Amino acid sequence: MAARVEACSPCHGKQGEGTGDVYFPRLAGKPAGYLYNQLLAFKNGRRKYPPMNYLLEYLGDPYLQEMAEYFAEQRPPLPAPAASDVSTQVMQKGQALVSHGDPARQIPACGSCHGPALTGMEPGIPGLLGLRPNYVSAQLGGWRYGTRTAKAPDCMQQVAARLTEADVTAVAAYLASRPAPISAAPAPKGAYVLPFACGSEPD
Amino acid sequence: MRAEANRIEEAELFSFSPILGLLLLPFIASVSAQAQQQAAVGGNDIVRRGEYLARAGDCIACHTAPEGRTFAGGRAMPTPFGMLYSSNITSDRETGIGKWTAEDFYVTMHRGRFPDGGLIYPAMPFASYTKVTRADSDAIFAYLKSLPPVNQRNREHELRFPYNNRQLILGWRTLFFSEGEYKPDPSKSAEWNRGAYLVEGLGHCGMCHSPINALGGTSQSDAFKGGLIPMQNWYAPSLTSNREAGLGDWSIKDITDLLKTGVSARGVVYGPMAEVVHNSLQYLTDDDTKAMAVYLKSIAEPAARPPASSALPTTESSLLISLGKTVYDARCATCHGAQGEGKPPHWPPLANNQSIEMESAVNAIRMVLNGGYPPGTEGNPRPYGMPPFAGLLSDNEVAAVVSYIRTAWGNRGAPVSAREANELRSAPLN
Repeated sequence: MAARVEACSPCHGKQGEGTGDVYFPRLAGKPAGYLYNQLLAFKNGRRKYPPMNYLLEYLGDPYLQEMAEYFAEQRPPLPAPAASDVSTQVMQKGQALVSHGDPARQIPACGSCHGPALTGMEPGIPGLLGLRPNYVSAQLGGWRYGTRTAKAPDCMQQVAARLTEADVTAVAAYLASRPAPISAAPAPKGAYVLPFACGSEPD
Repeated sequence: MRAEANRIEEAELFSFSPILGLLLLPFIASVSAQAQQQAAVGGNDIVRRGEYLARAGDCIACHTAPEGRTFAGGRAMPTPFGMLYSSNITSDRETGIGKWTAEDFYVTMHRGRFPDGGLIYPAMPFASYTKVTRADSDAIFAYLKSLPPVNQRNREHELRFPYNNRQLILGWRTLFFSEGEYKPDPSKSAEWNRGAYLVEGLGHCGMCHSPINALGGTSQSDAFKGGLIPMQNWYAPSLTSNREAGLGDWSIKDITDLLKTGVSARGVVYGPMAEVVHNSLQYLTDDDTKAMAVYLKSIAEPAARPPASSALPTTESSLLISLGKTVYDARCATCHGAQGEGKPPHWPPLANNQSIEMESAVNAIRMVLNGGYPPGTEGNPRPYGMPPFAGLLSDNEVAAVVSYIRTAWGNRGAPVSAREANELRSAPLN
């Protein structure tokens, strides 16, 4: 399978560990259901990034599922947290939002869906560790402006719509500062109850 | 008198009962079209036959939008003249072709005019579909009518002045359109004629594999001579020149492998041709694929190779080629082999590969920049992909490695410049 997904490696690394480019995400260890949803979204053009749309356009869904499973099974070590240039104040704001959310603004804690260890949950919720701040803020921005969408109810769009630019910067910086947990594996399906309905994680 | 009366009855049947007409017409027409029906799929099941033929015509490629309902149209199709949107060809009576008769459908395919006489933009390949027999047209129509209706209004085209004036199509038609069903060549085999019918008609190969002039048309004498596909910036190689994609020195097996699975011992399809194999060619029967191969092989003209000519000064070329070898050995040789021999069919050979050597280097440069997957097909459901190198190689390195593969191992292509590589970084990807 590694040879079949060689085309992914210049941007995502041989094992999906990520590369030097801060906008290309780590794939390794994310739940297969999440990765499959993204592959489908790129294939169908719902998620727009022409180099990805182009690569996947004529591949069969079972093959995309296989690719998703391949990267979900990879366990290269998480990168060491990158040094951040944001202030302590911003970092604290990020920590507060990630850990507790902001109930007054109906913003849930990231961990309430992405898991207490932020490693995601099978089958559809991705882990948030090992991602660079630029990638996280670009994706949150994409949701805020509606350029990234997912199956309805599009929970991330609802959450991101309540975030300000400053929130996004703080969350992205804090997430990237987190050290690797003992186990980077996503929680099993149904390990905890989601605070609200999410199209990507049915039931 | 008796016969006379019968004819009148028959005519009345057709004009007053389109449904009965639908059933009868194909039967009558199929007798005269028997020669081209030799490999018909579905036998008497007109809907199944229509489904097969609709695939041979790749209707779905344009008439279905991404994430849209099948055949409901609405796919945006950029042209040099503005944006066109494909139409709803489902059986919906209000927004599709539910009110059409088989005659309406045939006239549309055959003459490029709507049932009310309105002119159709030639993005619809009616210059090819005009060659389709009445029987085949009727089968496709019966198939489309058998599918569930989708109520989705057609989107207005967004063409710039003066192209938004449909009367201009009359000029285009005078220059580039000649109406008429395919006429079998009695000096050729039934197989050859079947291949020609599919390639020139439903397959509408000439829509891409012919040079497109500034008027958006192809003249008859340039058919299948290759051309840069407008807006997509992929080069559709000539099917008649063995220096391009002419298949004269390919074995029938290599050609049928390529058409049916997307990969072969001689080369692999990427880009727009991956779409064609994925949505259309992989579904053709072995007989039809072979017929196309026989025809395609026959139209390739052996041509003497001209000496490679390059716009680049010799010193720059040799510097590029020597840098190119370094890049190649580091990045490409593991898969494509130190001598460009490849590991067919999944890692295509680059040595003696026409698509690398041909005059236009566009496809080779694009493959290095963007990589690509061959289409997933029944014969090759888990294709191997070429990595994109846009982020790893500079313009100079891209030009160098392409120059190297175009000139190494006896290849007779010309070196390319960093500027050519740079220009294709912004080429549209899909």
